[in-house]
Amino acid sequence: MDKRLSTELTVDWAACKGHGLCAELLPDHITLDDWGYPLVSGPVSAAAAKRARRAVADCPALALKLRAAAREPQSS
Amino acid sequence: MTAIDSDIEHPIDYGVREAAVQQQTQDNGVLPSRPLSFADHRAYYSALPTPDRLPLGELTAMLGHAGLRGRGGAGFPLYRKIVSVSGAARARKIAPTVIANGCEGEPASHKDKHLLWLAPHLVLDGLVLLGRELRAIRAVLAIEAGAPNGKGDLVRRVREAVNERDVRQDGVRIELVEVPGRFIAGESAALVSTLNGGPGLPSYSEHSVRERGVGNTPTLVQNVETLAQVGLIARYGADWFRDYGTAAEPGPQLFTVYAGRNRPRVVQAAAGTPLWPLIADAEPVDAVLIGGYHGSWIPAPLARHARLSEAELDVPLGAGLIAALPAERCGLAETAHIVRYLALESAGQCGPCLNGLPRIAAALEQLADPHHASRDQSLLENLERWSGMVEGRGLCHHPDGSVRLVRSALTVFRTEIAAHRAGVCTGGDRRPLLPAPLRDHAGDHAYAAH
Amino acid sequence: MNSSILWYVSQATGIVCLVLYTIVMLLGITVAGQGALPGLPKFSVVALHRSISLLSIAFLAVHIGTALLDSYVNISLVSTVVPFASSYEPLWIGLGAVAVDLMIALVVTSLLRGRISPRFWRAVHWLAYAFWPVAIAHTIGLGSGSGGLISGWGLWLTLACVLAVAVALVWRVVVQLERSRRTPAQVLQTTRSEVRV
Repeated sequence: MDKRLSTELTVDWAACKGHGLCAELLPDHITLDDWGYPLVSGPVSAAAAKRARRAVADCPALALKLRAAAREPQSS
Repeated sequence: MTAIDSDIEHPIDYGVREAAVQQQTQDNGVLPSRPLSFADHRAYYSALPTPDRLPLGELTAMLGHAGLRGRGGAGFPLYRKIVSVSGAARARKIAPTVIANGCEGEPASHKDKHLLWLAPHLVLDGLVLLGRELRAIRAVLAIEAGAPNGKGDLVRRVREAVNERDVRQDGVRIELVEVPGRFIAGESAALVSTLNGGPGLPSYSEHSVRERGVGNTPTLVQNVETLAQVGLIARYGADWFRDYGTAAEPGPQLFTVYAGRNRPRVVQAAAGTPLWPLIADAEPVDAVLIGGYHGSWIPAPLARHARLSEAELDVPLGAGLIAALPAERCGLAETAHIVRYLALESAGQCGPCLNGLPRIAAALEQLADPHHASRDQSLLENLERWSGMVEGRGLCHHPDGSVRLVRSALTVFRTEIAAHRAGVCTGGDRRPLLPAPLRDHAGDHAYAAH
Repeated sequence: MNSSILWYVSQATGIVCLVLYTIVMLLGITVAGQGALPGLPKFSVVALHRSISLLSIAFLAVHIGTALLDSYVNISLVSTVVPFASSYEPLWIGLGAVAVDLMIALVVTSLLRGRISPRFWRAVHWLAYAFWPVAIAHTIGLGSGSGGLISGWGLWLTLACVLAVAVALVWRVVVQLERSRRTPAQVLQTTRSEVRV
């Protein structure tokens, strides 16, 4: 079993229009808030990596991104 | 874009009051008592250290030893930012950009404008020093376009100061840029966007501004007060700086104080100063707002006995606002007034903030009205729900800061909430205390279609 | 191969392309306007939009290929992508070539969607609103198969497609106008008035 770096989903909030495909494709990782915007929980498991890549590709607004494991908190 | 003040006019009182400062060495303090010309400036503070007196790297070390943190609100250690920006510049072989942020989008805060009015050259010294230290390709001072000033045109004063500088002596050429006034204009990514010719709003980027900012260069953005402190530390040393304040929160600091008089004043103090003398004129007091509109309320008993320090107050000092709320006012009404302003100042780009902040504002307005508060049992629940929904979900920290204010209000004004839900307001005076200028942003390309 | 058969196959696949690309347009407009089709999750609508556009390429290839092979009319390979280079019906074939060029741009950028900048992809995808009318014009010009403009059931079918897309566009514009009115001030006003019950 190859050891992969955990990856995380991030959202480009200006691009996101609340289409909601991501929540349909990754129901265990993404739910929608009261207004249709994604609530991302936790890093993406290796098993879900393929579906996550699909969700990223299918997002009509290209707002969903997949990154390597979380960086330390940034200040500008 | 016009500035329409819907609320009380707050002409700033330019009398500088020295609050009890712990120790003071052979200097004159941060702020002079009157606006200084360039010649007066050199006499008052002494001459700016020349490059041979301050070889590259030494200023950074001094700033590290001094422990100077940003005075714009976030309080991030300057040393670490310098190291980060210079590291990025070395790695990418690109000269960085340094920006002095004099926008002061916080309507209740006047310390930056006050500083720029009295001692613009001190700020410019700091900008020049960091520009030299980082071998910056560009040094920019950003101020609010047409910034109002109780005594004349601040923009003109600053421009004159910039023009008085001698590039050959400084080694750095300073550009003055005027930025449209809005609450989030001074947020680093928004400011960088303006300087890049963009809409002046935060945007998505894989990289922080320190890595890729203005013109894709590593960019250091610093509040003007921080730069003034740099100008002083370079002259008087890190030990001078550490003589003020506490070990954890060193250095002199500027605060904008609202305390019972008609006009706010800018005060020079330091961490560890007793808070009560600053607000005594406002007594009896209900609560005190610390930091800014992204800050926190503290209850009166704490304000009376604690010292001005993040450690003791357990809240960040933020942008240096200290606003005492007199007992006859309603803390919920005041908070509702501020949060309405914050909601309207949202860029409106990000779904959660666009939808959440206005709803939070509306719910607070209802909570502030005993007539509504007694009828709607779901207000507190909704406030908590929506607060949780906007936090951390957006391109900047505007929703986060706003939620901090809301949460502190719900804690500190617990008894007022209970009274309102019973249909009674304990404060008789529901007028807003703090300024919330309504601005018409319709002309800006601010709101993306959602 | 019998020239008539080639010609009829070209006409038939042309009509199929008209219908398929109209469906692709309708699906694309639905996604952009954040609409939903009953019973279908949103990712299915996106997937259908993509699959049908790829399917259409197959029919388009046959439509062009049979026209090229057909010896009755002289259409060169070049004139299928270089507009107005054909000696047979230069205008209408030329419009077809324009449509082909636009379609290539749309398909190639969409295949590379994750790898090119979102802004660039979106800018090129707007060309869909140029591609489809041009394809319609080409259909009207050549759809009768025997000189003169399309007529009879072909015309009715084309009009039905145009009507469907026109309705979808009106809906899309309305959605967009509503969206652009949503500012923090408007949300605040709406929420407040919802409360005054």
